[in-house]
Amino acid sequence: MGPGGGFPGPNGKKPGGNGWKGGDRSKPKFSPVAYRITMGVVLAAVVMMFAALSVVYIMSSPEDRPVAMPRMFFVSTVLILSSSWTFQKAKRCLQQERRRAHTRWLLATLVLGLGFLVSQLVGWRELTRGGVYFRDHPKSTFFYVVTALHGAHLIGGIGLVLYLLLRSRRLILAELHSTWTSIVGMYWHTMDGIWLWLFLLLLVVR
Amino acid sequence: MSVESHEGVHRHPAPTSFIRKYIFSVDHKVIGIQYIILALVAVLVGMTMSLLMRLNLSWPPPHSWPILETLFPTGAPGGVMTPEFYLSLVTMHGTIMVFFVLTTAPQGGFGNYFLPIQIGAEDMAFPTLNMLSFWVTLVGFIVILLAIFAEGNQSVGQWFAALGPSFAGGSGTVGPIGGWTGYAPLSALGKIAGPGQGAGMNLWVISIAIFCVGSLLGALNFITTLLNMRTKGMSLMRMPLTCWAWFTTAVLALLSFPVLLGGGILLLLDRIAGTSFFIPSGLYVSGLLSGTNPNFPLHTGGSPILWQHLFWFFGHPEVYIAILPGMGATSHILSTFARKPVFGYRAMVFAIFAIGLLGFFVWGHHMFISGMSPYSAIAFSVLTLSIGVPSAVKTFNWLGTLWGARIRFTTAMLFALGFVSLFVAGGITGLILGQSSLDLAMHDTYIVTAHFHLVMGVASIFGMFAALYFWFPKMFGRFMNEKIGKLHFWLTFIGVYAIFVPMHIMGIVGMPRRYASFGEYEFLRTLHPLVLLVSVAAIITITAQLIFYFNLIWSVFKGEKAGDNPWEATTLEWTTATPPPHDNFAGVLPTVYHGPYEFAVPGAPKDYVMQTEAEADVPSGNGHNGHKH
Repeated sequence: MGPGGGFPGPNGKKPGGNGWKGGDRSKPKFSPVAYRITMGVVLAAVVMMFAALSVVYIMSSPEDRPVAMPRMFFVSTVLILSSSWTFQKAKRCLQQERRRAHTRWLLATLVLGLGFLVSQLVGWRELTRGGVYFRDHPKSTFFYVVTALHGAHLIGGIGLVLYLLLRSRRLILAELHSTWTSIVGMYWHTMDGIWLWLFLLLLVVR
Repeated sequence: MSVESHEGVHRHPAPTSFIRKYIFSVDHKVIGIQYIILALVAVLVGMTMSLLMRLNLSWPPPHSWPILETLFPTGAPGGVMTPEFYLSLVTMHGTIMVFFVLTTAPQGGFGNYFLPIQIGAEDMAFPTLNMLSFWVTLVGFIVILLAIFAEGNQSVGQWFAALGPSFAGGSGTVGPIGGWTGYAPLSALGKIAGPGQGAGMNLWVISIAIFCVGSLLGALNFITTLLNMRTKGMSLMRMPLTCWAWFTTAVLALLSFPVLLGGGILLLLDRIAGTSFFIPSGLYVSGLLSGTNPNFPLHTGGSPILWQHLFWFFGHPEVYIAILPGMGATSHILSTFARKPVFGYRAMVFAIFAIGLLGFFVWGHHMFISGMSPYSAIAFSVLTLSIGVPSAVKTFNWLGTLWGARIRFTTAMLFALGFVSLFVAGGITGLILGQSSLDLAMHDTYIVTAHFHLVMGVASIFGMFAALYFWFPKMFGRFMNEKIGKLHFWLTFIGVYAIFVPMHIMGIVGMPRRYASFGEYEFLRTLHPLVLLVSVAAIITITAQLIFYFNLIWSVFKGEKAGDNPWEATTLEWTTATPPPHDNFAGVLPTVYHGPYEFAVPGAPKDYVMQTEAEADVPSGNGHNGHKH
């Protein structure tokens, strides 16, 4: 019997099915897998865009006077790394059904995210003070463009965390909320990872 | 609380108002038809442009076309096209055809309509997102149309100039002149680069960026829907090959459009914010040296080749985005009308995947003449030629499906057979052009034009024609007229060969592509009869499409009525009513027991077994793999 060609079905053998791995369940109304797949797909697209931009940075000719990494960007790195940590804390508190603590850690994540954005803006000021301007050279421009694009994506992440925060204050369906928490986590950690990658790229490739 | 649970996915009530039902509809079937209508409009614009190009090539200046002067006083003064006008036609023809026809109809159109039904879902996973995807794409199309008027019309051009100096238009073209590839550095400089490079180019980049966003929204919906919303029993290996093709196409779009989007953002920054990503140092353009003139500020450190890399990293997967759905539809239709299972279903699935995967590693073959290292060129060559393997697997399996079959020659079947023919005829020159040493000589000649038009242009369109004639009864409850359909097929089939075979010869002789006229070249003058032949064939073929448009519109209202399963096909779309109800299966999702192509099953009461027929009704078949058990 060729794969897929047989007749399982009502006689108790497993038919193929829905979901990532297949199975024999009927289609559920609410499907956490759908959310996770979608977020994974969105993030794949985002990662591809940053990969393309990184190639632009690597391939543009080196500058005579390499841009010094703004000190503020080190602070950014610490902030965003800790925000991932606080988010994980929030997630764990949700699993332990500690609602208050969950909300508090989400709030901490939000504040750290905003702090990251501020540190990026301060980093820009540091760059211009150091004589690195937007129009200078592709490698200088890249500092601004890539941080702006990453920042824009992080603003989206902040919006998502804010959404979680607002929901967490209401009486909510546990499964839905935990699904949202897990996909926002996927997004947030990926933004963290992208920043780490960009930071190392700007630090190492001159 | 219960309200929250519906937030999950799908299940929306059938709309009642006209606007919610036909305009801002979240029903994947309506959205699919909207995409098809968009493509049908866009293809008229693209076709008109190709007609104008053919007129100019076969009756070159000083021949005058007074109507052109009426329409484009600056683009064709005295009724004679300027070379820039011709180049802008080349650009816009390519852009509109590739993005708004070859990407919208196969995927957004037929994929939207039939993917959910074929996997037994009641709609896409995210209907609202689906609607958004169409409307964003439509905005992209409107913006590209604006580019035509911003450059072609003085007063609209002045209106755009108010947006900033880089938006100055009205240069008498119908858009930018950089080709559908928008090569830097000219595309990155703004209006000093020449006619069409102000407003036209800005709007071009913006349109493409908008299109990218629309396509991404569509792609993520396709992927989630297919992975998560298959009905009971619809395992991956029981999906019709069309679904595999749409899925792979969505993955390609998902991974390639962000790259173009990133590149497009940088190109736009170069154009309007004065950055230099794609502009090298010491550039000398239009009699000006970078940095010596306020209109042309200093640029340093950028790389125009970089744009080519980004563009073609997207551009090559894009040609598979255009053709894979056609391959899926062809496999589906060949099997149905050959009354035989698809030969080697599994091999077909892997071939689709292999083509999609390899498509990401061959973009360099568009850049052999960019001065790339010969070592990279060899790598790109070998990878390119290796795509011949899965392509051949598909071709042989199509032939295997037809082998020994009692074929029902419907119009849909004819177009599917035409697809196979064109795919082979156009693909075979891919093996020549994929070799860097040969490509160096042929790259800028008509053989490339002939190659890609046959294989990704016309073949994809044939796939769509096949799909339309095949699924039309399901979509509108009526058949398209078969007699007119067959006339349409034969005129188009012979027509496209008459257009593109001579182009191969022109290319081998050395006729350069993209040129507005060839009067200055002694050695090309002898080719004029061929050029004329191509133009006459093009005019006849384009006229044949008007027959198709007539048939389409006439059949929607007056066509012969069709039942639920007029072709005696096996997949889920033929189990439901014609046309399908709002939730596709009238509340009861089907359960699937069979593979998608169980035709001629020994011992079965009919010569086909529907996917939903339960075990008790039918003896165990030979499967869709063509295996004997």
